[in-house]
Amino acid sequence: MTDAPLLSVRNLRVTFPTRQGLFQAVRGINFDLGRERLGVVGESGSGKSMTGRSVLGLIRPPGRVEADRMEFQGQSILNLPERRMRKIRGQRISMVMQDPKFSLNPVMTVGRQITEAYRLHRRVSRADAHAKALEMLRAVQIRDPERVMDSYPHEVSGGMGQRIMIAMMLAPDPEILIADEPTSALDVSVRNEVLSIMDNLVRDRGMGLIFISHDLNMVAQFCDRVLIMYAGRIVETLPARELHKARHPYTQGLLASLPRLDAPQDRLPVLTRQDSWRDGDPIAPHADTDLPGGLR
Amino acid sequence: MTNTMTRREWLLSDAPQTRRQARLGAFYQGWLTFRANKLAMLGLIILILLLGMAAFAPLLAPKSPFAQDLASRLQPPSAEHWLGTDALGRDILSRLIHGSRITLFIVGTVALIAPVIGLFIGTVAGFAGGWVDQVLMRITDIFLAFPKLILALAFVAALGPSIGNAVLALALTAWPPYARLARAETLTIRNADFIAAARLQGAGRARLLFRHIWPLCVSSLIVRVALDMAGIILSAAGLGFLGLGAQPPMPEWGAMISDGRTYILDFWWVAAMPGLAIFTVSMAFNLLGDGLRDVLDPKGGAK
Amino acid sequence: MTKPPMLSIHDLNVWFGDPPDRVDAVKHASIAVAEGASFGLVGESGSGKSTILRAVAGLIDSWSGNLEVAGRTIHGARRDRQFFKTVQMVFQDPYASLHPRHSVDAVLSETLRLQGIGDVDRRINRLLDDVGLGRSFRFRYPHQLSGGQRQRVAIARALAAEPRLLLLDEPTSALDVSVQAEILNLLSDLRAEHGLTYLMVTHDLAVVGHMCDRIAVMQHGRLVEELQVEDLRRGAAQADYTRGLIAASGSYRAGG
Repeated sequence: MTDAPLLSVRNLRVTFPTRQGLFQAVRGINFDLGRERLGVVGESGSGKSMTGRSVLGLIRPPGRVEADRMEFQGQSILNLPERRMRKIRGQRISMVMQDPKFSLNPVMTVGRQITEAYRLHRRVSRADAHAKALEMLRAVQIRDPERVMDSYPHEVSGGMGQRIMIAMMLAPDPEILIADEPTSALDVSVRNEVLSIMDNLVRDRGMGLIFISHDLNMVAQFCDRVLIMYAGRIVETLPARELHKARHPYTQGLLASLPRLDAPQDRLPVLTRQDSWRDGDPIAPHADTDLPGGLR
Repeated sequence: MTNTMTRREWLLSDAPQTRRQARLGAFYQGWLTFRANKLAMLGLIILILLLGMAAFAPLLAPKSPFAQDLASRLQPPSAEHWLGTDALGRDILSRLIHGSRITLFIVGTVALIAPVIGLFIGTVAGFAGGWVDQVLMRITDIFLAFPKLILALAFVAALGPSIGNAVLALALTAWPPYARLARAETLTIRNADFIAAARLQGAGRARLLFRHIWPLCVSSLIVRVALDMAGIILSAAGLGFLGLGAQPPMPEWGAMISDGRTYILDFWWVAAMPGLAIFTVSMAFNLLGDGLRDVLDPKGGAK
Repeated sequence: MTKPPMLSIHDLNVWFGDPPDRVDAVKHASIAVAEGASFGLVGESGSGKSTILRAVAGLIDSWSGNLEVAGRTIHGARRDRQFFKTVQMVFQDPYASLHPRHSVDAVLSETLRLQGIGDVDRRINRLLDDVGLGRSFRFRYPHQLSGGQRQRVAIARALAAEPRLLLLDEPTSALDVSVQAEILNLLSDLRAEHGLTYLMVTHDLAVVGHMCDRIAVMQHGRLVEELQVEDLRRGAAQADYTRGLIAASGSYRAGG
């Protein structure tokens, strides 16, 4: 295995024209993704979702994506024509979105959606695709895959729906999975289950995972490395297990503002936003190109 | 220059200081969105010209719209008669100019009556639910079951042919789609949290309906009306064409086409000129409706 | 002399639809919230916790049981002005609970007029100060406000009538954590200043642990357990379900 990153991004910028001028949703960020689990954390409007979408070429005009480099296994995927992007999207880079209700087709059975998505990327017979779909549903620990295959999305629960999405996205064996708030719509008890399923699959297959979330602690628990985004920039990069050693005041503020069951306090510390956070240099333990050594 | 810049900033301010500034600001935002749509601007300009034409018809028209000159009947367009003359030797341009008043009258009245009936019935049905909803919507269905023009024909036949009755008939047949639209919107709004919140302030049903639900339904209705306007003009022209709308010698555009029908192969301009006028105005309304949709559609208007 | 509780719910059943499609959302629920207390209702989605709030507020009419607010018994879905002056509600999604075409000024002045309160101009400014927004926000429309600012407006609207009991339906779950902290602090301050009673619904145990003194856990429409917040912190819950919830929400909080 070479040490070359799966995905390498330099000076990525995403801009949208508005009446007040250009709005920069992402303002020049750099990161590399290896076969690791990379968390991207930030509040709404920090540009974290835009980062994930720009990698998949999902920013629609008039939005613009620019970068000095955006390479997937050495091949530039910056602003690829839609036809070529479609070969990569879904097949080699997949995405799991927040709410399965909106990403599954309501009038098609679950089984048909998985097999069709699979056959779109792989030339296999219907029977093979069916077998693969069953295998994937089993992989996401759905106990009764035959029955689930024949059900419609409204007949399954939220947690089940999200597992189906994961099965569908992982069926073509992509090299990178981008998960955008995959568990925010789920209850806590289901959330952990879905997370651990995703975790296992990603580990087993040696994929790269970009995990986008607003939940610092969850990301820390679940990822190898965390990027913290603020106002379209990365303010801090650090290994997930050193999250409590975060040095950037924004990261520290975010962590402190969470109420804790084990440590009651009268008032929650409130984040005072500094203008300097918008443009300061990111805090990173290593140089940006230095990849931490893969999976723990 | 600096003065206009500051006024623009004042209008676009995110923190308006007074009620008036907030209102003007919201209006200005909408205007900017509308202005960005070039075709919609074209539609608006055409309609403003139409309004001007109607207002100053006697000054603009070179001849009387009723003056017959049998010696110069069916003249092709010329320097004397820019758009030619009709079978009775009347100047077509003058008739078109005066006819714009009739067109505007028809369009204006229908646009005032039909959506208001539809809005009222639709929102009441959607908001009240239960048997009120059932009764109102079945009535709507009955109206919808007939083809519009046939129903209008029946009304006019019963009321007697005249331009006023034609308008009334058109309005009475045009409301059901608005009622459906308003009801559908109401059903989605009815269970919104902000309605529940207003209810918790002790707001009564009438207040919820008029102050909270209507403002949200009106915008999509306006768009729909503007888009339907072309159809209304065409229906009015159709009634005129069948002799059930404007009565001769009124220069109604549909009736003018009807008059020109007999000569359409040899003297094409008699029918073509009013046809072109109808086409232009219908298209202008359609373009305007498209632009208004950009401005008023709540889904697009958020940002 | 014992004061009657601010809110007393006894044997409450709430259902939707008619048989055979009837769904029982709340089954035989009983809680009592003392005046000045902050009571938390915890549960996962579909547990019926928000339904209880809505039934109390009069937004659902298919319920049975006994409801008492400040000693007055409530019937059906109709609520009088006296009720609205006592009980107000803050909704979960600040993007859905403000009318998109009404400015902050319109929202608050309508509320004040409906409650029959005069001196509108001065009151609006004070309300805005109370919720930490300031007067410059008075003429803004919802689309000119952030999520946290919207929720502050919604809180101001609820406070306009000077109620004694606030029903809080997941007031921070749609907000970022830093904004959540601000709103929770605001709610704590307001409770202290105005002597309010809170009935708060949430799925987040940490939030309920921070805000409430007494907690009821719900599952499938039933109350599973009622406990003091100290017991929750110590993990001294009786019911398996509660312990499972604590474990699930704590497992990734523990950190690496």
